Amino acid sequence: MKLEKKDLLGIEELTKEEIELILSTAESFKEVSERDIKKVPTLRGKTVINLFYEPSTRTRTSFEIAAKRMSADAINISVAASSVKKGETLKDTALNLEAMRPDCIVIRHPVAGTPAMLAGYLDSAVINAGDGAHEHPSQALLDILTVREKLGRIEGVKLVIAGDILHSRVARSNIIGFTKLGAEVRVCSPPTMMPPGIEALGCKAFTDMDEAIKDADVIMMLRIQLERQKSAFFPSVREYSRLYGLNATRLKKAPKDVIILHPGPMNRGVEISPEVADGPWSLILDQVTNGLAVRMALFYLLLGGPKPNYPRERRKPDRVSFDEGDAA
Amino acid sequence: MAKNKKTVMDGKAIERALARVSHEILERNGGTEGLVILGIPTRGWHLAGRIKAKIEEIEGGEGGGVPVGALDATLYRDDIAIKEAPPLKKMDIPFSIDGKLVVMVDDVLFTGRTIRAAMNALMDFGRPMVIQLAVLVDRGHREIPIKADYVGKNIPTSLGEGVKVHLEEEDGMNEVVVTPAEGGKGGRGGRGQG
Repeated sequence: MKLEKKDLLGIEELTKEEIELILSTAESFKEVSERDIKKVPTLRGKTVINLFYEPSTRTRTSFEIAAKRMSADAINISVAASSVKKGETLKDTALNLEAMRPDCIVIRHPVAGTPAMLAGYLDSAVINAGDGAHEHPSQALLDILTVREKLGRIEGVKLVIAGDILHSRVARSNIIGFTKLGAEVRVCSPPTMMPPGIEALGCKAFTDMDEAIKDADVIMMLRIQLERQKSAFFPSVREYSRLYGLNATRLKKAPKDVIILHPGPMNRGVEISPEVADGPWSLILDQVTNGLAVRMALFYLLLGGPKPNYPRERRKPDRVSFDEGDAA
Repeated sequence: MAKNKKTVMDGKAIERALARVSHEILERNGGTEGLVILGIPTRGWHLAGRIKAKIEEIEGGEGGGVPVGALDATLYRDDIAIKEAPPLKKMDIPFSIDGKLVVMVDDVLFTGRTIRAAMNALMDFGRPMVIQLAVLVDRGHREIPIKADYVGKNIPTSLGEGVKVHLEEEDGMNEVVVTPAEGGKGGRGGRGQG
């Protein structure tokens, strides 16, 4: 079994077997980070570019460390200090980077579908590190790995994803990934943050937090994006915290051995209280550790094998039609 | 399984070869002082376990408890960039190898590239005093200058053939067979036994 893909654009495109392959490879990579010398020569000579159009600490650092632990050269491009600020289009930025012959571009972008668009232009592997409210596949993979590691299974696990489902790519990728592996996924949020038709993804929708968590095995809290609350998705942060926040009192309504996840960054005291975030139920830091292993596995599985020959023929017609379209 | 396979070692022959290799390891190193055994997964690791058991049997309890670990060389292979990434195997070295006499164990010695990769991997875990190599089968066709210290059986082969070791722990039977190469696996540069 191998990953028959040039790019990783979403969980949706992965089969159950491919998800299992990535997880088992990631489990093997965890050992590398436990060594005194946390480096293997596997991807020596390969180049990974982190192209982040949104702020990120843990995801970007995780991809960077993953590349470096495998001896690849990792370059971070901060959009704030790049030619994007001079008006360069995303496509031109990508083609210029491609001309420097990287092996992989990891991209985060506020617009859904951007990684897929780039993947069509580029010979390099493209990894989606979050695109709009669409997908964040590596986050879902690390969440699945964390739950599987703790509970020993995904099949039949009852997972509650609570918070801003409407804006969350993490929720979407996790709903798809966990249901693909046989989990029962519930989403819980105020009605204003629940996308219509969410149940088509195979999950159940709740607006009552206590009801959603009463027999849950896993509760995943999502960050309330305070920057978006100008749009008044709920009356006040205090009210949200009271109705949907996870604190020690509410946690008593869930089974005793429930585990807590949060993709971070956390708003302590809003969607999750400090005693829950730091308590014995919390696997939040295990998620970060597993994220590194998952990203090492992705690099390993996507960057192994021969590189395509340059220049790629199919890029030429693309460019012609793009230019013609512009001229018209 | 290939129809034209030729069995070159049966279960008893494998056990005799491992018993001789175990005696040679003890004789050459004067006992088990500082000895650790690292098997290269998958079958090398099973063979390492058998050699450990034989050494402890020969020593009659004295010098028993020889540490055994698994040394996966996959991440150190030199062909990741030209071939698809192979599945990772077991890596488990729960003891220090600094200053130790390390005997690496593999099933088949072929091009020597797996052993080169394994030695590089080993160096990331510490600085052994001595590294020795024990293999069940040496089939020749080395591509780099590597030689085993202990060989269960030399089996001269052509590049058009493959050598497969089947062990009870993994395959439900004990035998070594020579087969016509499958899909180039037996040929030079193949990702079969290295």
